Amino acid sequence: MKYVDEYNDAQAAARLCSAIRSVVKRPWTLMEICGGQTHSILKSGLEDLLPPAITLVHGPGCPVCVTPVGLIDRAVEIARVPGVTFCSFGDMLRVPGSAGSLLDAKAAGADVRIIYSPLDAVALAKANPAQQVVFFAVGFETTAPANAMAVRTAERERVENFAILVAHVRVPPAIEAILSASDCRVNAFLGPGHVCTVMGYEEYEPIAARYHVPIVVTGFEPVDLLEGIYMAVCQLEERRATVENQYTRSVQRSGNRDAQDCVAEVFQVVRRQWRGIGEIADSGLALRAPYRRFDAEERFALGTQSAAEAPECIAGFVLRGVCKPIECPAFRTRCTPERPLGAPMVSSEGACAAYYRYARPDLSSAHAR
Amino acid sequence: MCLAVPGKVVAIVPDGDTVLRRATVDFGGVRKDVALAFTPDAQIGDYVLVHVGFALSVIDEAEAGRVFEALRQMGELEELQ
Repeated sequence: MKYVDEYNDAQAAARLCSAIRSVVKRPWTLMEICGGQTHSILKSGLEDLLPPAITLVHGPGCPVCVTPVGLIDRAVEIARVPGVTFCSFGDMLRVPGSAGSLLDAKAAGADVRIIYSPLDAVALAKANPAQQVVFFAVGFETTAPANAMAVRTAERERVENFAILVAHVRVPPAIEAILSASDCRVNAFLGPGHVCTVMGYEEYEPIAARYHVPIVVTGFEPVDLLEGIYMAVCQLEERRATVENQYTRSVQRSGNRDAQDCVAEVFQVVRRQWRGIGEIADSGLALRAPYRRFDAEERFALGTQSAAEAPECIAGFVLRGVCKPIECPAFRTRCTPERPLGAPMVSSEGACAAYYRYARPDLSSAHAR
Repeated sequence: MCLAVPGKVVAIVPDGDTVLRRATVDFGGVRKDVALAFTPDAQIGDYVLVHVGFALSVIDEAEAGRVFEALRQMGELEELQ
């Protein structure tokens, strides 16, 4: 096994689809949390294979999409400071802030670099002691251990010219925010397989019980997603609402304790602003006091800004599963990956980008279920 | 961003410090240096799930085949009916 190709098997997918058809009795709306799952669903055309009673809506699990405009503006501002090398994952570069993107700053002469791992930024700082190296620490719980380890490495090796701009977010409070909204139409969730690889799924159990909503921790390949959908539909039809684990080859109930310990040592839970959604209590991470000298916001003492979203962008509705990207009047016309109005059109995990790349062009809002 | 890719551990860089334990991981021919700080038990030959340069889990081989076994049994049941 190579643990990828096998889960793209058409025969296995067809068999799971017929299993889903045999159990579904009523219409259900399922939300996959993670943007990686959204892209896999659209890319493999899973929506066309499912019975019409099942509607998939796409969740907020795209960290690039939910990073507030004000924080993008801060990143751009820091990147423009002379003597700063600004490092980021590639996704973040084209996301529009209120006064341009990181890519615009790079075009204007700022030293902005795409890196693969946060440890690469620490190594860059070590090799260039006269330069301030700032890493844009964006991500969910999956990415937090790597970023925490980068800060611990900088602390241990006294790499004082390294800093991170923290935009970390957590999934469970976002699920609760979605479920608490009056316009919520989600009946069950496909949980984020890689977030749960790190965190486990104990913290999802009270949510499933409180809101009576099935949550199935699910992987990312077509067979994973179809099995996750099958398990969620079985629960819904049997009126059960528990947390189940489809992605057993990677996820354990207690998660990865070593990774959790590293995160807990470096970060603490704080309120965070989500682009298009608003502020959510306990939904983010910030550096703990002993590591705060690595906080780019403190080092560069920037004024607080509150920047406005592009008024035409309906990202907030898309990220909560209330609207599908194709229901947006600007989709594919005034908003494209080349000239995006909002982040979900830019990110490799954004729902709008997934529809732009993979959905049939003839699909109009009339077909949006 | 939560993209994580399975790859096979082909070599472990000897290091006394477990935090800095590193491996060479093969992703279908492309080899990368991966930190094993969060998977201290990973051994040569294991498949690990890698995200931004860190292994986050060792893939459980038995669990990985479970869905196909279930589908096979489902198919046999259908044939019996």
